[in-house]
Formats: sequence, structure tokens, C-alpha cells
Amino acid sequence: MIRKEHLVALQTITYKETRRFLRIWVQTLLPSIITTTLYFLIFGTLIGSRIGQMKGYDYMDFIVPGLILMAVISNAYSNVVSSFYGSKFQHNIEEMIVAPMPGWVILTGYISGGVLRGLIVGVLVTVVSLFFTDLKIAHPVMMIVVFLLTGILFSCAGFINAVYAKSFDDISIVPTFVLTPLIYLGGVFYSIDMLPVFWQNVSLLNPVLYMIDVFRYSILGESDIPLRYGFLVIGLFILSLLVISLRLLNKGVGIRD
Amino acid sequence: MKALEIKQLEKCYSNGFVALKGIDLDVQQGDFFALLGANGAGKSTTIGIVASLVNKTSGSVTVFGHDLDKDPEAVKRCIGLVPQEFNFNQFEDVFDIVVSQAGYYGIPRKKAVERAEICLKQLEIWDKRNEPSRELSGGMKRRLMIARALVHEPKLLILDEPTAGVDIEIRRSMWAFFKKINAAGTTIILTTHYLEEAESLCRHIAIINRGEVIENTDMKGLLAKSSEEIFVLNIENTVETIPVIPGCSIQVIDGTTWQISVQKEAGIHALFNELTTLGIKVTGIRNESNRLEQLFLKLLAQKGRNYD
Repeated sequence: MIRKEHLVALQTITYKETRRFLRIWVQTLLPSIITTTLYFLIFGTLIGSRIGQMKGYDYMDFIVPGLILMAVISNAYSNVVSSFYGSKFQHNIEEMIVAPMPGWVILTGYISGGVLRGLIVGVLVTVVSLFFTDLKIAHPVMMIVVFLLTGILFSCAGFINAVYAKSFDDISIVPTFVLTPLIYLGGVFYSIDMLPVFWQNVSLLNPVLYMIDVFRYSILGESDIPLRYGFLVIGLFILSLLVISLRLLNKGVGIRD
Repeated sequence: MKALEIKQLEKCYSNGFVALKGIDLDVQQGDFFALLGANGAGKSTTIGIVASLVNKTSGSVTVFGHDLDKDPEAVKRCIGLVPQEFNFNQFEDVFDIVVSQAGYYGIPRKKAVERAEICLKQLEIWDKRNEPSRELSGGMKRRLMIARALVHEPKLLILDEPTAGVDIEIRRSMWAFFKKINAAGTTIILTTHYLEEAESLCRHIAIINRGEVIENTDMKGLLAKSSEEIFVLNIENTVETIPVIPGCSIQVIDGTTWQISVQKEAGIHALFNELTTLGIKVTGIRNESNRLEQLFLKLLAQKGRNYD
């Protein structure tokens, strides 16, 4: 049962998480803007002009959705993994564990922080992209929905990483060796139509591919994969990771012995 | 009403270490209760289970009639915990830490801000409210944790070595504060290594040794079990022959300093009578150690644990 106290607690965690990343905005918001600007400049303007068109769009226009979503993914993930692991490391997670709030409140609070950071960075990067291309957003509502869904999914992934992490090394291993390859092989810089059939099928196992594809549709109005499949896969991933995260939290894995 | 009722509580950690071997413990509402034991005896595990920081293996915990298994949120609402280690965010400001804690307990922000102000003023760290917690002194960090634990006005306050590492002045002021809130109705459970602290604050006491409760009684009753008291006497001049006084055992530390163990039935009055008769003038006297400490060590020694 949801009580008023739970909503106050949720609001408190969300407020605290938001303040945390805004207070250190040079570390949390600025790097993605600079990195993405470099991508726009090098891959879009300098190299992109030599590549020509991709699926009927200028290369710059083609990569913009993927680059925006890449920023959302990495920010949502790193916000939750660093904040939750930091709380474990300093033991201040105990402040929440001793308080009368169920696991879903704590989880939703951390996810809210990750989603908000992803959303803010996503909007900022979108604004930056307007300096490089004449971006026309075909489906703005869908764009926001994909921002939110992506933020939720990767906040959960970051949470699970933080639960199992035993050192600061552990919170950088997954982003480096799992997340980055998934993003780069998820069709940010190319259409999967360019791949041999075998690698096209392998790519379909990558959840990031569906997100980038749906997001590209929301901006360009065209996708590689039927939309319903895209949303179905995203939904299933979110549901699975939410259930896993909540079970880990309720059992106290990595928090309580 | 019982503030805390623990029945057959067992804890076996994942590495196989058995920290609690089925302990029973009752704490009455309004009590000031001491939980003593050597390092690794099981005190912090017990407190951790009651505060939901540690999963129990078996047994039951009831706080003000609420079962921890059936209604953990009701149990948590009753408890304020001051842990042994500093466990706040070192990068957060003092005020934010206390306000956030109130928020976790479902207290709306406006009310949380008011309560945080009251608690920080009570603990005399209001002036430090805008400073990052990492910049506080050790004593102030302890007081911050007490303020944080009190912000939701708990009925049961659990203090796990709350005065560890603080100077005497701050310790004494904390004692006065604990007495005040206990008198106002808050039940307090205290673990401490300063046995003088337990003796002067607590009315009931339990001693845990290797996961078992070996003593659970009222403080007066426990102290009454003490059969002897040890004093250190400074005498004016050295004496050639150490006197033999019934009920007393004298050990010479140096010529003018004696350590005397006085049997309770003999009494300190008889000792002074004898010394006066023998013409030995006492210029100073002090307790070698407090009574509780002697009893504590004796009880542990009986259980095969020796500190010598």
C-alpha cells in the first residue's frame, strides 16, 4: 500500500539525488556536452561530409539521434551506479535502510535521479546539435517517452551494477567493457542494413539497438525495426531489470549481511 | 509495556561465524538499558538486527508490540539509531543530513526543517549547520548522528558506543543530554566500552559474551554482587611492616602507595579504624577501578575469557 509518508520519502531521495548531480555539474553534465560536440564536429561535419548519405539522410542527421541517446544512456547509468555505490561505500545507505520505507521507494528515488540527469543531458545535447544540423523532430512526444524509458532502463542497470560492486573499479568495468560496446554496436554510427545478415541477427540481441532505432524514428520519422517490436523489447528489458533490482534491494544483497 | 522483546535470536553470518546463539532480551518502556560485552561479543549484531541493518537467521524481535517480520515499517518508526561508525555522507552539509533523514521517515519538508533546527540546537551544533559534515570534529560528528537519530522523535533510541573517542567534557554533556531525554520518556539502549558510563546512566544491564547473554539484571542488583572493592591509598610515611587487617588485602605499589582490596562485609570504615590505631596517616584515596568493571571482568573470566 502506498502511504503519504512513502511519497514524502520518495520526494526526499529524488530531491537529494538531483541536488547531488546539479552541485557537481562540471563532473556530471558538462562532459557529455563536450564529448558530443566533438562527435558532431569530427564525425558529423569533418568526416561525415565525405561519407555522404545514410538511408537517405545526411550522415550528420543520421548520427544525431544515436549520439543524443548515447549521452542519455551513459548519464542515467553512471548517475545511479556512482551515487548508490558511493552511499554503500560511505555507509550512508544505512540512513535509508533504517527508515520506514519499502524497497520500491528507495529504488524509484535513485531511478528518478538517473532519469532526470539523463533527461537534462539529453535536452542539452539536443540543443547543441541544433548548432550543427537543421534538426526537425518528427515525433516530439515519442522523443520524450524514449528519453524516459531509456533513463529508467539504464538507471536500473546502474543500480544492479552498484549492488554487486565491491570497489570503485567494479563500477567502471561494466560501462567500459559492456555498455560502451553495446552503444557503439547499437547502430549509432551506421544502419544495421549495412551489416552481413549474420551480424544483423546478432545485433538484434542488443537492447540498445532498439532504443536508438525507436529514438531515431521519433526524430527522423524512419526506423530499421518495426516500432512495436522496439517498444516491446524496451518494455521487457525495463520490467526484467526492475524486478531484479527490487528483489536485490529487498533481500539486502550487498547492503545487509 | 516492553519497548523491546527479543526471543531466541540467532545470527549466523555467511562465512559461518555464529554471532548470536539464541539470545532472549527484554527492555521495558522508559528504561535506560546497558548492553555490554567485549569486542565481537554480539552487541552490534543484536543492534543491527533490531534496526534492520542485519538479517537475522532465526528468532523474533518485537518493538513496542510490533513484530519485525510482520510490520517492519512500524518497528522502524519507533527506533532511532546512533551507530558506532560515522555513516553519513561526508560531502553533505550538516543541516541537509538531518532534514533528509526526517524526509526518509515521511516527515514533510517544512516540518522536517523545524525539527532539524530543534535537534541541532539541542545537540549544540546549530552553528555548524551549513558546514560539510567531513569538516566537523569527532565530537561534533557524534552529536550530528544523535541529532539525526532523534529527528523523527523515536520512542526507542539505540546508542552504539555514542561517546567513543570524544573528550571528557563532551562526554559528560552527552550523558546529561541522554538522562534528559530518558527522563522525558525515551527508552534508551546503550552499548559502551566505558563501564563508568553504563554504571552512571543505566538502570538495567545485560552482558553478552560470545553470542550468549550471561547476565541480565538491574544495575543495583548486579553491583550488589560485588564482594570487594579496590582502593589506592597514599599514606604519609613508609612503614616497616605491612599491617594485617581483617577483610583487607594490601599490596604495596611503592613505599607510600598501597592498593587495598576491601571485602564488602569488612567495610572501609573498619579499614580506617585499623589504620588510625596503627598510627598510619592517609593523605589520599581513590578507587582503583569502578565496581562494574571488576564485575564485568569477573563474569567474563567465569566464562573462560581472560583479559590479563
